[in-house]
Amino acid sequence: MTEEKTHHPEPSYLVDTGKYKGLMAWLTSTDHKRIGMMYMYAMMVFFVVGVLLGELMRLELFRPGQQFYGPQTYNGLFTIHGIIMIFTVVIPGLAAVFGNFSMPIMIGAKDVAFPRLNLFSFYLYILGAAIALSSQFMGNGPPDTGWTFYAPYSIQTHTNVVAAVFGAFVLGFSSILTGLNFIVTMHRMRAPGMTFFKMPLFPWSLYATAWIQVLATPIVGITLLMIVAERWLRIGFFDPSLGGDPVLYQHLFWIYSHPAVYIMILPAMGVITEIIPTFAQRKVFGYKAIAISSLAIALVGYFVWAHHMYTSGMSPTARWIFSLLTFLVAVPSAIKVFNWVTTMYKGSIDVKPPFLFALGFIFLFMIGGMTGLSLGALATNIHVHDTAYVVAHFHYIVFGGVGFAFFAAIHYWYPKMYGRMYNFKRANWSFAFLFAGFNLLYFPQFIIGIMGMPRRYFDYLPQFTFGMQLSFFGGILLLIGIVLMLTNLFSKKGAKAPDNPWGGKTYEWTIPSPPPVENFEVMPEMGENEQPYDYK
Amino acid sequence: MGASNFVEGVDLAFKVIFGISLFFLAGITTVMLWFVFRYSRKRHPVAEQIKDNNLLEITWITIPLILVLLMFYYGYAAFSPQRIVPKDAIPITVIGKMWVWTFEYEGGKQSPVLVVPLNKPVRLNLHSEDVIHSLFIPAFRIKEDVVPGKNNFMWFIAQQPGEYDVLCTVYCGLRHSYMETKTRVVSEAEYEAWLKALPEKSNEPEGLVILKKNACTGCHSIDGSKIVSVSFKGMFGKSEKVMTNGSERSITIDEEYIKSSLYDPDKDIVSGYQKGIMKTYKGLVSEQEMTKIIDYLKTIK
Ligand code: HEM
Ligand SMILES: [Cu+2]
Ligand SMILES: [Cu+2]
Repeated sequence: MTEEKTHHPEPSYLVDTGKYKGLMAWLTSTDHKRIGMMYMYAMMVFFVVGVLLGELMRLELFRPGQQFYGPQTYNGLFTIHGIIMIFTVVIPGLAAVFGNFSMPIMIGAKDVAFPRLNLFSFYLYILGAAIALSSQFMGNGPPDTGWTFYAPYSIQTHTNVVAAVFGAFVLGFSSILTGLNFIVTMHRMRAPGMTFFKMPLFPWSLYATAWIQVLATPIVGITLLMIVAERWLRIGFFDPSLGGDPVLYQHLFWIYSHPAVYIMILPAMGVITEIIPTFAQRKVFGYKAIAISSLAIALVGYFVWAHHMYTSGMSPTARWIFSLLTFLVAVPSAIKVFNWVTTMYKGSIDVKPPFLFALGFIFLFMIGGMTGLSLGALATNIHVHDTAYVVAHFHYIVFGGVGFAFFAAIHYWYPKMYGRMYNFKRANWSFAFLFAGFNLLYFPQFIIGIMGMPRRYFDYLPQFTFGMQLSFFGGILLLIGIVLMLTNLFSKKGAKAPDNPWGGKTYEWTIPSPPPVENFEVMPEMGENEQPYDYK
Repeated sequence: MGASNFVEGVDLAFKVIFGISLFFLAGITTVMLWFVFRYSRKRHPVAEQIKDNNLLEITWITIPLILVLLMFYYGYAAFSPQRIVPKDAIPITVIGKMWVWTFEYEGGKQSPVLVVPLNKPVRLNLHSEDVIHSLFIPAFRIKEDVVPGKNNFMWFIAQQPGEYDVLCTVYCGLRHSYMETKTRVVSEAEYEAWLKALPEKSNEPEGLVILKKNACTGCHSIDGSKIVSVSFKGMFGKSEKVMTNGSERSITIDEEYIKSSLYDPDKDIVSGYQKGIMKTYKGLVSEQEMTKIIDYLKTIK
């Protein structure tokens, strides 16, 4: 009894203890958990806006010919849809949200290494997003270049490209600083006894990601500034009419933007690697192989960028070398899939919503990855490059992969974040709609792409109508799924969550739900013989 | 036989890649679902901890590695001939310009459709006058970017008579999705006859030639129909309401107005249209050409 009296449980991070209350307390908080949550709310708003823009495009594409609005509107729509989804949703993505919320706890730290820098990164993110979005309302109308800003079109168009490009530039800094923060955190702040090869695998994936953020993002930063300089000062980096080289732009852009794909997908793989052992109650199979394959992907991922440029007129030698390297980077991804599936073998599997989303992820990610093989091979790439096939492929990776992993992660850490549960049945229903809708939306795009439907087309030839209409209906199902999921998670308070609702073994499940401000009452230590994922 | 000499190889590469992928997709999915079923908590309440197995790991590194190298090879094998053009190939220059394709045959004759003879190698020299386009003929399985300032090329042998779609796949602005035409594959005799009948040099008025060369006619029709913007027909001398610096005013379309529209298109915007859609033609259309354009516009009232 006496012990209980002297024991003052620390207030949870959700309780305002500082000098501000309410919104201000959040906006000034350097707590990694609050910052993670703020990223999450911001990202969800952007995601929903992006989805609605996507649906608007599908609506226009329901029939050939002009239905509701003209080509300029369509071109602006796919541009801002791409910018929002890529630069404000999937690139910060799981790292910004769950990297912030969970990673420090998972390695036994009180916070990230530089909490104030972390808050600054968040403000850069908001600022960058605001600048990018302002392009819609200022200057000569919404940019119409696509999120890739290919020169020389991006130099010549009169629309408001500069704001969008500058927004992406600022967002890049947010990403670099987050990466830096995470690298230092993982090097310096792991629990005593937790060697690198005893660190959980989600932090591992963030570690690989962070190096890409730090090393690759500056390249796109300078490239985007070159566009601004060329538009304002007519310098002539990229526009041949000014003496520049448009293919140079593509190299610079993809030197960042291919590795950026791994910035998006590695943390997604990391989350799946946490969820599967937890719900199978089994030590993850091939811990080392998974950890090393993250690094391998990050490393080899640097050397494959020109697979986006097979048709640009590169030398045949460059084409086959990049094709070969592209195939090599496929292998570590395959290894991960094998390891996930094997982790289920002889487990004791509890199919709760996070696990269901993880299964969905594996399936969709496999389709995304395997359809990428014909984009890596030369002859087949030539045929499907820049067609609806590519649209389908990258949606399978960024939405089927990163998106579903994000949904899995929310359902996984939700009890920890809020100290509340959600309704499982509704979560399962939302999964069903999301999964069915997703496949109906994007699978037909593979087919019409192979038939010869180019991407970024406002209008199309009659033979593609049926596929477009299937996609439209898929889009509706998907939308229903998203509404179901969000209302289930955010419309009412569920039952109180226990500290460890799923039987997880990483540190976040050893502390209260929701966690106290400093995470741990007693700082954890890892014994000599302790191993990560030690299910007994 | 495929529509072009490349179809067979490319389709084989697709079959190899999709075949292997489908096998693995189906296999892995089945195994995964079987595990979920067989080892569900209900049927298998206590998990067994399995030790890592290096042999297994090495196997599933090696097998995918071999398979992807195989895929690489098929892709490479079908692609490499696409870069080796036979010496006797018929050269045709493709001119890509927002948002029309023009095909220029030997002797400078131009055509809006690509007509080629059956079973003869054809070399397309790709030339862009503005931004990047990409010439895509799905039936032939070929595509190459048309990059300003570069001399890209592609080649093929058409093997089946018929008419096939030609599309632009690199986004090139407003009417990107309308930048399409046909390629017609005909017998050699028909080809020769067609080429002969193709007018040597256009006998169109000079002003119209300039308008077409600059792809003005991609947006402004000359027959009164609306494409993107106001038609040229009846334009000269017409009164129009325009927005200048945010306020509306009425103008009459005269020489001065046409000049300012071409060199500074965003200064006055016809009511109901958006800024930023038409680019400036400063430096592209000379004063002399401008006079010819205006002379021509006066004739189509
Ligand atoms: C309901 C959800 C979505 C729908 C209906 C949708 C629909 C579309 C459509 C119609 C296009 C244009 C394709 C074209 O014109 O060629 C497009 C492009 C794109 N989408 Fe989505 N999309 C959705 C979700 C997402 C998500 C979640 C992401 C990323 C996380 C994403 C990323 C992109 C990107 C990067 C582009 C390319 C833009 C460009 O070509 O510049 N989309 N989407
Ligand atoms: Cu790539
Ligand atoms: Cu084009």
